[in-house]
Order: sequence, then C-alpha cells, then structure tokens
Amino acid sequence: MSETQEKPALMTRPIPAPVVNVESQPFWDAAREGRFLIKRCVPCGKAHWYPRAICPFCMSGETVWEESPGEGVIYSYSVMHRSPTGPYAIGYVTLDEGPAVLTNFVGVAPDGLTIGQRVNVRFQDTEGGPPVPVFAPA
Amino acid sequence: MSIKGKAYIMGAYEHPLRDAPDKSTPQLHAECARGALEDAGLTKDDVDGFFCAGDAPGFGALSMIDYMGLKNVRHMDSTETGGSSYIVHVGHAAQAIAAGKCQVALITLAGRPRQQKGGGGRGGGGGEPAPEAGFENIYGGSTHNTYGMCAMRHMYEYGTTSEQLAWIKVAASHHAQWNEHAFLKNVVTVEEVVNSRMISDPLHLLDCCVVTDGGGALIVTSPEVARSLNRPKVKVMGAGEAPKGPRGGLDLDLTHSGAVWSGPRAFAEAGVTPADMKYASIYDSFTITVLMQLEDLGFCEKGQGGRFVADGNLISGVGKLPFNTDGGGLCNNHPTNRGGITKVIEAVRQLRGEAHPKVQVPNCDLAIAHGTGGSLGTRHGSATVILEREA
Repeated sequence: MSETQEKPALMTRPIPAPVVNVESQPFWDAAREGRFLIKRCVPCGKAHWYPRAICPFCMSGETVWEESPGEGVIYSYSVMHRSPTGPYAIGYVTLDEGPAVLTNFVGVAPDGLTIGQRVNVRFQDTEGGPPVPVFAPA
Repeated sequence: MSIKGKAYIMGAYEHPLRDAPDKSTPQLHAECARGALEDAGLTKDDVDGFFCAGDAPGFGALSMIDYMGLKNVRHMDSTETGGSSYIVHVGHAAQAIAAGKCQVALITLAGRPRQQKGGGGRGGGGGEPAPEAGFENIYGGSTHNTYGMCAMRHMYEYGTTSEQLAWIKVAASHHAQWNEHAFLKNVVTVEEVVNSRMISDPLHLLDCCVVTDGGGALIVTSPEVARSLNRPKVKVMGAGEAPKGPRGGLDLDLTHSGAVWSGPRAFAEAGVTPADMKYASIYDSFTITVLMQLEDLGFCEKGQGGRFVADGNLISGVGKLPFNTDGGGLCNNHPTNRGGITKVIEAVRQLRGEAHPKVQVPNCDLAIAHGTGGSLGTRHGSATVILEREA
C-alpha cells in the first residue's frame, strides 16, 4: 500500500463539437485563435451572453464583437457525479464585464470549487469542431 | 378579461400505469382522455377544444385529434412550456371558454420515458437547434445539475441545508404510502435522504423525482356544461403564467423562479392570498424546486423556505400546508418527465374530497396548483392556477 495520500483527480470532460451558425461563426473563428469574444450593443452599451446579432436588452441590430480577458467569479456550480467519464462541474461565471456564462470548470478537483471563486477562461478542444471556452480557477 | 369563475374542471384522470411497455404513446393519450371524459360524464363528441404540449407525438394536436377521432374541435392550443404546459393549458382553456371559443376543453399528457431512454418530449423545436445550443448544450447540462446549481446558490445565499430539503421528500413519502399506484411507497427519513448517493451537488438521489410512464387528462368546461353534469364542481378562480431565463446574462438569478410573477397574477385574479390555501400542489421535479416555489408564491419569506418545510410542515394532518398528497413527482409519478398535469389532478381530488382518506384535507375548498417547466437553472416557464370547490 502506498504511503502517499492520493490527490483527488482534476476534472476534465470530453466536449462535443458545438453547433456553429452564421450568427456565431466569428466567435468560433476567434476561439480557434485562443481569443474569447463577447457581444456588446453599441446604442445601449451593454454586454450580453450568449452572443446575439440582436441586442437582448434594446433590440438594436448594432452589436459588435469585443475581446474579453475571460475573467470573473463563480456564481453557482454543481458537480455531476453520475457520468461515464468521471465527475464534471457545470456552472455559471459572472464575467467582469457583467454577463453570466454557462460553462464547465476544469483543472480542479470535484471538491475544489466555491461560489465567489475567481476563474478565467481557457479553450478546450472538441471532437471535430472548434475549441470551446471552459473556466479554471485563476 | 378575468377568467374568475368562467370555467370549471369537471373531469380528471391519472393513468394508473407507471411502466407501460405494451402501450403506445398515442394510446396512453387516448386512454387518459377517455378516463377524464368518463369521470366528467361526457363523450368525445362533446369535446370542442383540445390542448396538448410537446409530449404529443407527430403533429401534436393535429395528430392526436385525428387519432382520437375528435370531430367537433373548434379551438386548439399546443402551448409548450415544458412540464408546466398543462397548468398553462388550464388557464388558456378557461380563457377560451370565457371568450366563447369552446365549451368542453380536453387537456392530455402522456409518455413512456421508461421505454424510450431520454424520451421525454421537449417539443416546440421545429427541427432547428435552440439559439443558445452552441454556447450551452455542449456543457453536459441536465435537469439534475442545472437544478443542482439552483440549490447550491440557494444554500449560499440563505443558508438552506440538505436536511431542510430532505423534509420535502419525507413529506411526499408520507403521502405516497397511501397511494396504491405510487412508484415509491416507502416512507423515508431525513437521514435516508441526505445519506443517499450524491447525484449532482448538492442534490442526492432522494432529492430527485421518479421517472415513470403514464399520463393524465383534464376536462375544463363552461359553467353551463358544468351545471349539467352530476359531479362536484371545481371552479377556476385565477391563473398566471410567466417565462424566466438568464436574459442576456445580466439578470441571472438562480434563487428565484418565474413563480414570483405567475403566482401574484393568479392570486390577484382569484382575489385570495397564499394564507387562504387549504392545499398546495407544487411541482416537485426536485426538492429544491418545491422550496423555491413555496417562497416565490409567498407561502413564506424569501430564504425562509428551509425553515418552512422542516419538521413535517408539508405533511397532511401534521403541518400547516399539506402538499402533493398523492406523493407527487418525488414518489408517485412523473409521466414523460412532465409533472404539471398530475399537480392539477390531485388538487381536483382534494377539492372534491376524493383524495385518500389518510391524506384528505378536511373541508378543502381552496387549492393552488403550480409548476415550472424547462429548467429552473436556465430557461423555464412558470404557471399557477387557483381552484375552488363550489358548494
């Protein structure tokens, strides 16, 4: 028997290729370059998530892509234990720009997450699709 | 135009099966429809309004109207708000009746999720992926972990505990022991709930509802038709509905449900308050669903739900607010992963005095049936109806 205590495994989760459409294509093109984009409305000035061509706050069609450092805090999370590929964490990150982003948390043990914890974005490869944003403790 | 007193629920039927390997989904819909019509004392030719949601196969209302041979339908509604659809339908049926669009409305739900893994009808999609799909569906969201996020945040903000959530399952199990059809009939303790296997933090196995086949149906009629029938009359007093979602990510708030809007609308229309309710049917996909909805409907202050449900307060004959006296989705059934219709059915039983004697609320004359559909952690619909027994 080993004397060393086993370190809890860090969570990862295989992620399928995302649906990409003409509206979201620029996001995924940037993701392939490791850049995280969010959408901001020019007239009302508000950033939103998930990205839309039409602003969900004022309905303006004048929305622009903006590069984000992808930093924020965990709003909530839940670790799913009933999974064939091991436990994985889903949760919302409140970006410093304001919007909350649904995501997976990676590179952390199942008991290593807390609400309010600072996290930042990284990109994870998918099966045959563009890489997708996931978050890990900062 | 208010619907208060403009329509009556005169027929209700819950399919007795919890496993239906030998029946088709349309067959279950039709058996439920037949059961509700017989309960009301009506025939299918009396039906002139038909309501169904995304669980109905094929072309939904069109396919089912044809399958059942309903030849006098002049009003159709397939509003799809997940498991709350059928509570929405009660309100819509009352509106249609009040507007003279129909006199006998049939609402059906049926499905076989135990035979078709993951087969709970979602509906409303039209084949195109949801607009959020590329940015959300990839993360392995399920009902368990999205509701888990709600529970996690509720615990963080209000100090709610797993033991408090467990009381909701304990109460449901106390009721289910008297229901011969209940999928789970064993009475459980708080300790058994919190010691059951963790599914998605902080929700344990026994915080989750059952998955069953089956279905249910309701008949909503005009006052004129109601008076002609030899059945206790359950009057629709008020209805409210509301959608809720992250709204661009700036309004994410997982500790509140759409009940904060649908509830007050229904209470205002009925002219009553939560304190007047003798019985509550509350959609119980998970224990946290019940706790949040009780708060949002005004049965207690926000954040006090844990204290409110503790110590058996939801157990009929024991606590202040008897809930889900059939055992609910947590113990009785959850046909096609959509519980809205069963909430209305048990409320009707209570108001008629036809609930099991061990759980029947004495002099039950005013009840609420409420539900959410979709996902509490992302986008959901909320629906509330207030029902009154007419002497």
